[in-house]
Amino acid sequence: MTAILELDGVFKAYPGVPPVTALAAVDLKIHWAERTVVLGPSGSGKTTLLHVAGTLERPSQGRVRLGGQDVSGLSDAELSAVRGRRLGFVFQHFHLLDHLDAVQNVALGLVYTGTPARDRRAAAIEALDRVGLHHRLGHRPAQLSGGERQRVAIARAVAGHPGVVLADEPTGNLDSAAGQQIIDLLAGLAGDGTAIVVITHDPAVAAAMDRRVVMQDGRIISDDGPVSS
Amino acid sequence: MSRAGYTSLALGALLGLRARKLRTALSGLGIAIGIAAAVAVLGISASSRANLLAQLGAEGNLVTVTGGQTFDGSPAALPLTAEPMIARIPPVESVTAIGYVPGATVLRTAAIPAIDSGGISVYAAQPGLLGTLGAGNEQGVAAGTFLNAATARYPAVVLGAVAAQTLGIEQVGPATQVYLDGRYFAVIGILRPVPLVPALDEAALVGFPAADALLGLGGHPTQIYLRAAPDQVQAVVSVLPFTANPAQPEGVQVSLPSSILAARAAARTAYAGLFLGLGAVAVLVGGVGIANIMVISVLERRAEIGLRRALGATRRRVGLQFLTESVLLSALGGTAGVLAGAAATAGYAVASGQPVVVPAVSVAVGLGIALGTGALAGVYPAARAARLAPAEALRAT
Repeated sequence: MTAILELDGVFKAYPGVPPVTALAAVDLKIHWAERTVVLGPSGSGKTTLLHVAGTLERPSQGRVRLGGQDVSGLSDAELSAVRGRRLGFVFQHFHLLDHLDAVQNVALGLVYTGTPARDRRAAAIEALDRVGLHHRLGHRPAQLSGGERQRVAIARAVAGHPGVVLADEPTGNLDSAAGQQIIDLLAGLAGDGTAIVVITHDPAVAAAMDRRVVMQDGRIISDDGPVSS
Repeated sequence: MSRAGYTSLALGALLGLRARKLRTALSGLGIAIGIAAAVAVLGISASSRANLLAQLGAEGNLVTVTGGQTFDGSPAALPLTAEPMIARIPPVESVTAIGYVPGATVLRTAAIPAIDSGGISVYAAQPGLLGTLGAGNEQGVAAGTFLNAATARYPAVVLGAVAAQTLGIEQVGPATQVYLDGRYFAVIGILRPVPLVPALDEAALVGFPAADALLGLGGHPTQIYLRAAPDQVQAVVSVLPFTANPAQPEGVQVSLPSSILAARAAARTAYAGLFLGLGAVAVLVGGVGIANIMVISVLERRAEIGLRRALGATRRRVGLQFLTESVLLSALGGTAGVLAGAAATAGYAVASGQPVVVPAVSVAVGLGIALGTGALAGVYPAARAARLAPAEALRAT
């Protein structure tokens, strides 16, 4: 089984007096089609782990590999390209642009990969279809429910067929019924080989994933390990 | 970046501005006002200049010859030979003479005391006067007709625009008369204002034969107007004193009314400088306003910046996005300003009967300045947006 995402001896410290160590010696391998949940109390380094794994922050020490490629030496442009092609993000606050409709919001995920406009639109419609929103294509975020907004955000994350989808509290702003739909959607993504990493406090999300990683004080204190499938 | 990349950048900026219509309109207003002021000032002065050139006959080749002044300040007479001699100078295209009739007064009726003459001077004029001055007998006359070979022999008078107003005469009818130097003259026409020779506006014009017979002028002209071939004006001017009065050339005064008008127009453009300065201040303030609104925009849209970075936007691309918005905002303001300035020019020109001229240069420079201002105003906010760390930006909600 090959790893799509590898963290190898990753440290992350923020400057200050004394410096804050957010991640300490984290080793983690995420494989294709693997569904992983990262659990842990607030301040345990979960979000920092997600940001470092998502190349949004560079580690202070250690290496991050995406699809076998070490990203530590990459320039901003190269790193951005890797992010655009290999990674999809889902956030607690959806982060949809209010002045764009659902299709435009999803297509935004493909703007930076150099996809031509017509193909972007087609891919966006397909992705929205996949999350069950084919009847909401022209609606703006303000016209959608919370659950629908998060589904648009998931469609945006997967429109470019990334290797890994990183989700930070995807159900944190939703009621349990809407949350369940999101959980089912995320769990279903692994069907076509996409790896899922979810940070959550929501036990229902945790229950739907295959592998549990528990963090505390910037370290991984327990890990079910790769699930053989 | 590919062409498609730039297109989507511009489209994205447009969508972004459309989402904040009121803010876009307000922040583009400063630029719009500044550019409108500049375009209107340049357009109005260009329209006035076009009008002036039309009056001057474009070449500015009108020359005035006078015999100087007598001891009491009234125009001195030129010899009888002056006009025919000047007409013989080869580059002279047309020539006409007027003769001041000393002491003559013009009154509405004989019942009005002579002292209330209203300052109207009486001149003898030739039928070709308006032709030489550039207006032509049809366009130069507001009502009635100008003198012709027949009416020049009879007690008939044509009034200048101000003179007619002073006398309270607006229409010319068969019975319209004025009391001129002791007898009634029929008013046959009223002139339009003559900008090249403002003295004519306050004059009453009679024919030379009538002036000789009824007012005792003796045929002597006091002023001669001529048009010379445009490239020969200076050569003609140099021989005019000797030609006009060989006996006393030093008393002859030669002037170019065109250059006086041109100087007056130049004085008027001093105000244009002031307005251009005000326009520049408005553009500057507008630019600062745009920079300010873009800085606020970067702060407000931190989450969006973080999202775009997560979706694969490079630093450069995020910076370009904000720069494009700033330039577009300013360009929209500039375009509105150009349109408003052109409309103001058209309104002014039409209202004052001038040709409408909006110089292409002022439009191009106006838009150029707007774009430049937008680019300058956008540099700092764009740099801030580009520098924002994506993880940091995403934490903002």
